[in-house]
Amino acid sequence: MSGQSVSLHAYLPFLIDGVWVTLQITFAAMALAVPVAFLLAAGRMSSWRVVRLAAGFVIELFRGTSAVVQLFWAFYVLPLFGITLSPMAAGILVLGLNEGSFFSEVVRASLKSIVVGQREACVALHLPRRYAFWRIILPQALPVMIPPFGNALVLMLKFTALVSLVTVQDLSFRADQIRTALGVSGEIYGVVLMIYFALALVLAGAVALLERQAARWAGRPVPALLPWLRAHASPVPRWALGR
Amino acid sequence: MSGFSWDWAYALSILPELLRGLMITVQATLLATAIALPLGLVLILIRVAGIPVVSRAVWFLIEFLRGTPFLIQLYFIFYVMPNYGVTLSPFTTGVIALGIYGAARAAELYRAGIEALPPGQWEACMVLGLPLPFVWRGVVMPQVVPVVTPMLGNLVIVMFKDSAVLSTITVLELVATAKDIGVMTFRYLEPLTLAGLLFWIVSYAAAHGVRHLEARHAGR
Repeated sequence: MSGQSVSLHAYLPFLIDGVWVTLQITFAAMALAVPVAFLLAAGRMSSWRVVRLAAGFVIELFRGTSAVVQLFWAFYVLPLFGITLSPMAAGILVLGLNEGSFFSEVVRASLKSIVVGQREACVALHLPRRYAFWRIILPQALPVMIPPFGNALVLMLKFTALVSLVTVQDLSFRADQIRTALGVSGEIYGVVLMIYFALALVLAGAVALLERQAARWAGRPVPALLPWLRAHASPVPRWALGR
Repeated sequence: MSGFSWDWAYALSILPELLRGLMITVQATLLATAIALPLGLVLILIRVAGIPVVSRAVWFLIEFLRGTPFLIQLYFIFYVMPNYGVTLSPFTTGVIALGIYGAARAAELYRAGIEALPPGQWEACMVLGLPLPFVWRGVVMPQVVPVVTPMLGNLVIVMFKDSAVLSTITVLELVATAKDIGVMTFRYLEPLTLAGLLFWIVSYAAAHGVRHLEARHAGR
């Protein structure tokens, strides 16, 4: 038992390198997902029917089929068409496009949440369309997107575990290798689960900071720091629980 | 270049096998749903009940399950359970893992449903001195269920797509079947594309059903 923990300890740097890979993929895929989401949202709101249909098709394609299938498709089928991506690139591409398709709905809803009066004021003031979008509409829509962005970021972190299935050496892949190398059973996954959870807490905390900054900037009430603590109050009054 | 061009005859020949895989995927999803929806309700009821240590523990469990990848949860259960003398088939293990993961997500949806209830509803019940069982069965549930039903429907669709992860513990569901066919015949284009298509058809039809459900509840 003690020998086992010693060797687990020896493998720790190897596992930590995996954390680094996992974070790299998370941020790279997210950096792809956000512009994709804006593009798809713009496509869905386009005045050209063809563009609307094309954007809708891409969104349906990525939302309706399983991410695992998409990943295997990028890994096994794309090379047949002469497109050979490294496992890491394939993973980032699929995760980014998949999450971007989901997040495009958030972007669209946020842009639409800007009250009609703001748009009408822009028209009444004869502001150029581009100016109105970049200086009036978008600055108001961005803060609305921040909380769902936080959710999407944590989702992406969990999502990256799938790239281990196409041999990317992330945290999950390395855990599997350690299990095989040491011949130990699944305890290593307990450790890895805790690492993922800690990372998720850190990312969510960082986004909460961003949210507070945005609220301050927009002159709105500043929300509490940790969303986990915020959510802890019970929605049911005590008497209704029979006490 | 064998996989470059789509071969219809080949695609048709592997379709029955893929449909068998799809059946396993659907079975796993439905069985996991049968665990997730009631277990999620139990979890959230314990969580809001305000029992000193237990409620906090359940709250942490829900957050932990929601904050970690399903793939690793599955591996954990799959490789750790035998240590404690529990040996189940990969399929059963997969269903249990997916059910537990789904329960944590369902619990969050139930909570959102309860939170959506206007505070005035609770206050009115208290002022009228309604008996507690009636408050839950006659006032709370009839308002929470229509809000939560479409969300739970969407959750089932998400679980359907997540069930593809079960392929990693040798459950021969749709994705594993498609991959096996690819390995054996060196043709990946048809099996993987068809697998994606089958996923899309089922989830599209299911999403349509959920929208129908939503419209029916909204119409009332």
